Amino acid sequence: MTEPAKTRPVFRNIHALQDLPSYRLPAAGWVSILHRISGALMFLLLPFIVWLFDKSVSSEISFAKFKSALNLGIGMYPGWFIRLTLLALIWAYLHHLIAGLRHLYMDATHSVSREFGRSSAVATLALSVGLTVVLGAKLFGLY
Amino acid sequence: MSEGIGSKRLVTGAHYGLRDWMAQRLTAVLMALFTALVLFQLIFSRGEIGYDLWAGIFSPQWMRALTFTVLLALTYHVWVGMRDIWMDYIKPVGVRLALHIFTIVWLLSCLGWAVQVLWRL
Repeated sequence: MTEPAKTRPVFRNIHALQDLPSYRLPAAGWVSILHRISGALMFLLLPFIVWLFDKSVSSEISFAKFKSALNLGIGMYPGWFIRLTLLALIWAYLHHLIAGLRHLYMDATHSVSREFGRSSAVATLALSVGLTVVLGAKLFGLY
Repeated sequence: MSEGIGSKRLVTGAHYGLRDWMAQRLTAVLMALFTALVLFQLIFSRGEIGYDLWAGIFSPQWMRALTFTVLLALTYHVWVGMRDIWMDYIKPVGVRLALHIFTIVWLLSCLGWAVQVLWRL
């Protein structure tokens, strides 16, 4: 029998506001927490997503309503707010999809080296943010 | 400290093991392929992207059946993901139960609405 290890100081119950901001996450850590945040965001906005699907696909009249909601707004929400929300959803979907494909690739090929974890995480962030910027520029009529 | 660790560890409650892990990946693959299918039809279409093209993508019977299956996959995928989030961050059992129930009601309501939209096309 070996000697039991000496008792070390144990730090539990990290404080979300005091401790978390001082953590410096590696790129893979950012991909991981953003995977969660993007998933939760799409969950919370699910009724809005179904509403968009309903309006865009149901009839010519509802499609016109869908377009005017994006351009002129609907109810108390101005058009730019609807488009900004849609852009947040576009980012969330892109990030969740690309980070998910990264997961699947790592599972299938056992690519779990530290270097691949870092480079694929940077690629995930660059691709999702880059595509969001491109699609956002289109959504707000910049080209 | 060492109580409940090792051979005495109680493994229960969180669906440890293969089932949810596999379900999360299979539903993800299905949704990724569906995304590619819809994007493919949008990108390689002729003419303006308007109502006719968009509604036409979802109107064939096989596409409606496939979309229905993807909606079921999505609902299960979101349930597993949100349940994991609640289990990680919410410790009081009553609050967690309430959030689980909220998640199920939220998801099934949205699913019912989406299926109705789909089936009256």
